[in-house]
Amino acid sequence: MSVHPGRAAQRSRTVELGMPTVASDPHRHLRGTESFPAAAHKALADTQLRRNLGHATRTIRAKRAGVVSEVDDWEELRRAGEAIKADTMARLPELLVELESQVTARGGVVHWARDAEEANRIVVDLVRGTGADEVVKVKSMATQETGLNEALEGAGIAALETDLAELIVQLSHDRPSHFLVPAIHRNRAEIREIFLREMPDVDPSLTDEPRRLAMAARAHLRRKFLAAKVGISGVNFAVADTGTISVVESEGNGRMCLTLPETLITVMGVEKLVPTWADLEVFLQLLPRSSTGERMNPYTSTWTGVTPGDGPQAFHLVLLDNGRSNVLADRDGRQALHCIRCSACLNVCPVYERTGGHAYGSIYPGPIGAVLSPQLTGIDGPDDVNASLPYASSLCGACFDACPVRIDIPNLLVQQRAAAVDAHTRPTGQDVAMQAAAIAMTTPGRFKLAERALGVGRVLAGRKGRITSLPWPASGWTNARDLPAPPAETFRQWWARTHGGD
Amino acid sequence: MDVAREEVLARLRSARDAGAPPTPVVVPRKYRPAGRYAPGSAQAVARLDETLTDYRATVTRVGSEADVAAAVAAFLGSASGIVVPPGLPAEWLAGFVGEVHRDTPPLTVDALDHLDAVVTGAAVAIADTGTFVLDSGSPDQGRRVITLVPDHHVCVIRAADVVCSVPEAIARLDPTRPLTFVSGPSATSDIELDRVEGVHGPRRLDVVLVGALTRS
Repeated sequence: MSVHPGRAAQRSRTVELGMPTVASDPHRHLRGTESFPAAAHKALADTQLRRNLGHATRTIRAKRAGVVSEVDDWEELRRAGEAIKADTMARLPELLVELESQVTARGGVVHWARDAEEANRIVVDLVRGTGADEVVKVKSMATQETGLNEALEGAGIAALETDLAELIVQLSHDRPSHFLVPAIHRNRAEIREIFLREMPDVDPSLTDEPRRLAMAARAHLRRKFLAAKVGISGVNFAVADTGTISVVESEGNGRMCLTLPETLITVMGVEKLVPTWADLEVFLQLLPRSSTGERMNPYTSTWTGVTPGDGPQAFHLVLLDNGRSNVLADRDGRQALHCIRCSACLNVCPVYERTGGHAYGSIYPGPIGAVLSPQLTGIDGPDDVNASLPYASSLCGACFDACPVRIDIPNLLVQQRAAAVDAHTRPTGQDVAMQAAAIAMTTPGRFKLAERALGVGRVLAGRKGRITSLPWPASGWTNARDLPAPPAETFRQWWARTHGGD
Repeated sequence: MDVAREEVLARLRSARDAGAPPTPVVVPRKYRPAGRYAPGSAQAVARLDETLTDYRATVTRVGSEADVAAAVAAFLGSASGIVVPPGLPAEWLAGFVGEVHRDTPPLTVDALDHLDAVVTGAAVAIADTGTFVLDSGSPDQGRRVITLVPDHHVCVIRAADVVCSVPEAIARLDPTRPLTFVSGPSATSDIELDRVEGVHGPRRLDVVLVGALTRS
């Protein structure tokens, strides 16, 4: 094979350009419009939301604890899962090339996408090439991240979400708020109302019994599945040494999308890789128990390229960077790429349980989202809303204990806070306060003067004894927390009064 | 040349090196490679019975292959038309009086949608999790679509194919064939995180377990 000189030059230039790069976010799915404290304030005022989330997360925590306690080698599985992912990241480019060659050898076509727009463009072109104007989709975080549905709609192609919760989100023109159950913020009565309003052929006597609601979704989607020409999926695990792709699901909508269409397009973040087929023996134990709290989810499908006579006869795999190289470049931060999207850390997080997922702005919410989103997007200075995400935590550590691959989320949150501080180009309230404290604490005389100022705080606090709002720079603190009123007397003042002088 | 491919790989190579761990990663595989009970043992089959039942499959235990036909016929009841994979043993259907469609030549999706049930074998079953695996390359399991479109699935599992743990099952499977791991009838946890059985896949799942009956 001869290489055209111009092409060789282009190759060397692009290799030089190959620096880790943050995500493109054309449809703002990785950044909200306001900071976490501002969004959380609104979420906390929604009592229905808090009831729905409290009920759902309590249910899932109990189920998870039950099935995890059945497995006496759970800690050994977690350690293996952690190391397999760390090993994958240390060899990611080589393993991706291996995956590509295995998929290609078995009749699949592999595409590479640098960012969200490129992935969307590849998928839109592939769908156009089939002549289809409608696609059925299995729930996929990667295509939510890129805003694929919007891109398809822009090209005149209808994208039909088939996962029940994703369907609820799509029908109600809402945003997902959880990895596993994007409509976790909705209760059964709200879901019934959405179905009655948005499903054209729904039985008007529909009740809010979950079984009846599931049947309504079945009826709504059945003809669409049986007639579908193109299916679009994400990936749970891709196996480098065999080229095998797996999708883990419950309802059978995944099987429908993976089996019935003539063409299957699968979009995969490059981190969804494991080196060998045998590695699935670890993750197929860790994921279902951590995720839905089941010993095993109802359906897991695996396939390798194209199988003549069975399932889609055209298979396209789109490998997506979109900021992952930026995360990989950080020795500690790359742990966020180990995430298998089980959502256990969301379900145990005291902050997530109260605010829900929308407050995080990004489609990756909860503790893992708070470290993944700012690393994918990078932080554009102090006003970037994603700079507020690493503070959406009390650092209680429950997320680490629940994580099936032992991601040290509390440590990553602290590191991301440091990164957020580094992104400041002018001093923040916190910087000013710390500098002031340093000056005040250097000499006893200054400290004494500062203590007198505390009396002002008692006036601000008023009779309720809480300070809820302070001017900048102290607003940085009071936006998210109340301050107790300072005591009537400091320790030093008490000492002076009861022991006579300094 | 694929510019995007080269660019993504170049970015990932520099990122891999920039964030490389100080020492090479060693994967500690100290988890159990095998389950508590031996493959095919009476205890493994009894545990599979429990875990299948726990996730709302209905299980019938029979002592030998000769008893399969009666159990299958009982599960199929008044079904009028069923589909079976090309290589399903004919003896398993000896007690069924309705119409049997062998999937050869392959049935259309519409034809499958009008049939009441499907009967298959399984490649392997996992006692710890209540799972069986369908290997679409296997003559008694067949194309994936035949176990998906009909609303009722009857699966015959031989004791010799029952293992206790997930690692034992993974080791027995051929990843180059399309595989479907099935654990109970289709279900959803999407409404308030409560499990509800029966969505898009078969809503009714029945299992005939053959052999390794425990002596009482």
